[in-house]
Amino acid sequence: MRHIISILLENESGALSRVSGLFSARGYNIESLTVAPTNDPTLSRMTIVTVGDDRKIDQIEKQLNKLVDVAALHDITIGGHLEREVMLAKVEVVDDQIADLERVVEAFNGELITVAKTTFIVQMSGSSEKIDELLRSLSQTTITEVARSGVIGLSSGTDALTVS
Amino acid sequence: MQFTGADIIVKSLNEEGVEYVFGYPGGAALHIYDAFHRQDDVEHILVRHEQGATHAADGYARATGKPGVVLVTSGPGVTNAITGIATAYMDSIPMVVISGQVMKPLIGYDAFQEIDAVGISRPCVKHNFLIQNVEDIAVTIKKAFHLACSGRPGPVLVDVPKDITAQLADFIYPETLSMRSYQPVEPAKSSDVLTAVEAMLNAKKPIVYTGGGVVLAHAQQELRDMVQKLGFPCTNTLMGLGAYPHDDPLFVGMLGMHGTYEANMAMHEADLIIALGARFDDRITGSLDNFAPHAKILHVDIDPSVIDKNIKADIAIVADVKEVLTSFNKELARRSDDINSELTKQWWQQINDWRGLDSLWYHEDSDVIKPQAVVQALHKVTGGQAYVTSDVGQHQMYAAQFYGFSDTHRWINSGGLGTMGFGLPAAMGVKFAHRDADVACVTGEGSIQMCIQELATCKQYDLPVKIINLNNRYLGMVRQWQEFSYEKRYSNSYMDSLPDFVALAEAYGHVGMIIDKPSDVEGALKEAFAMKDRLVFMDFITDQEENVYPMIEAGKGHHEMRLRPGSKA
Repeated sequence: MRHIISILLENESGALSRVSGLFSARGYNIESLTVAPTNDPTLSRMTIVTVGDDRKIDQIEKQLNKLVDVAALHDITIGGHLEREVMLAKVEVVDDQIADLERVVEAFNGELITVAKTTFIVQMSGSSEKIDELLRSLSQTTITEVARSGVIGLSSGTDALTVS
Repeated sequence: MQFTGADIIVKSLNEEGVEYVFGYPGGAALHIYDAFHRQDDVEHILVRHEQGATHAADGYARATGKPGVVLVTSGPGVTNAITGIATAYMDSIPMVVISGQVMKPLIGYDAFQEIDAVGISRPCVKHNFLIQNVEDIAVTIKKAFHLACSGRPGPVLVDVPKDITAQLADFIYPETLSMRSYQPVEPAKSSDVLTAVEAMLNAKKPIVYTGGGVVLAHAQQELRDMVQKLGFPCTNTLMGLGAYPHDDPLFVGMLGMHGTYEANMAMHEADLIIALGARFDDRITGSLDNFAPHAKILHVDIDPSVIDKNIKADIAIVADVKEVLTSFNKELARRSDDINSELTKQWWQQINDWRGLDSLWYHEDSDVIKPQAVVQALHKVTGGQAYVTSDVGQHQMYAAQFYGFSDTHRWINSGGLGTMGFGLPAAMGVKFAHRDADVACVTGEGSIQMCIQELATCKQYDLPVKIINLNNRYLGMVRQWQEFSYEKRYSNSYMDSLPDFVALAEAYGHVGMIIDKPSDVEGALKEAFAMKDRLVFMDFITDQEENVYPMIEAGKGHHEMRLRPGSKA
């Protein structure tokens, strides 16, 4: 099963490599990993999307918690949660496709940024599935590059991941 | 008053109560070595190879329970230390390694003797640090010791760029630490203790299985109290030997790949396994599919990640095993009327039947020295009170099976990583900790050559270790596996050219002895141990193709042990 694990990490140099090194050393999957500072400058928030059965996820969480730099951890897929990903895709179109492109992007609540006469960057945020869907809808268009941020998320309850 | 970073390092070690630092100098560590020269609170021990430094510190730690401390230079100093750091990591040994690093402005420019020490050690340390400012040195060393010694212990590396060791700062050693992201121990829930004790009181086929955690927690007395109160059989892992006395009738011997028949069969048939400070590693469980099919598992460990890792626990308690055992004993005392030895009577009959097979039996021989007989004679000559270190291979198993330990911290071996070369430097560390005790290194002619250069260190510091070289002219364990699994194709397990170990020992300034007759074994050992102030290298020429039995071969279960041909089984 797919799990989204949120971690508050001490903002120390090398902390990221401790997490990524753990995943490679123990043979765990990473679908995506994002990390950025939080409103507390001493902490980074990392979001890892991984896949495994309950036993494997239990081990992943325990091994992550063992890392000295991990200050708090929560598997947000356990309860209700909100997940978002940002995508930028550069597309090349011919003149008569522009209207179609605008329509598709609008349907996904995306944004179209003009780069050149027939070159655009499609910007969209949403769930990973929605982004996949948009990319499928653009299959008639020439997509020259895609950048995706990886998933970030929060639990949708009143609780919050904090450091005690 | 201000001090250099190097002085702050040494002063911090002194604040931690460090007696000995095992190390080897080099460019990036020279300011630190200069600081050692300026003081005499902390003694630096000069080894002959950085691997030796780590094993010596490790042996010191295992024999005392105190952290071992290592100092190496950058680059090859660090890479040579890695094997010893990994050895300590796998066996959860508290260790602090200080490594010199190239000057901060040179980091990342492939400078002379530069290696990313934090990166290369990361998979085999509990934690590590690269110091960025001279002001951070004291607090980082304080953290390093705290991390190394608390919770599940382990090695911690502190990498210090050379320029920082020359900079000046005030020296304030912090009295306390707060690390919000590191809270290693929580007390056991009392409801779990009650559930666990209830399971014990109802068990008909229980077994207590204890590992290195009981040794690290100094919980042997609490363990003995519990086992004796319950009258349950007790087995120790390779790492846990000594926690329960070898000659007590409740002790069923070591378990696992080369454990006794009774220990492994009891694990297989048990209805309750009480696992204490042990981690169900593959050398213990054999094939997981066949492991203890009828048993309820009660698992106590300080590290939550070992719970449910290999074997699912029915009752899990994550806490310090000494405290948990104390709680168990209190509850058992309260419920002493409910302890019913009738429940386990049949179980004991079964265990004693298994025990009757005498699975450690071997052919005695009057012409060829049996390695087992040497270890038994070693026990006799040292009254079972020696500190015994070992390397890795057949001799390690013979020592574990036949020495007979009555106390913890006496049996010192590389259980997890299985590091050849460990025995001699580890024995040095033990000798520094226990100057008047007998220290024996049981080794083989393969292993001893991996760190033999430390004979020079033993000479320099007058370390009268007794080296028991079980010399069968083979890499014995490799040869045994090749005999069993590769139709006796002895690929590269024979060394065609061995040194004259007597002459070698003498060249290093020690005493060498060669013993090739069974009738000489005990006398030679007595003679060697009588030389209180000399290192004696005893080269025992042993049976060339003796095997370690019993054995659970890879992929087999506890009930499928291979027993010695010709034994009662």
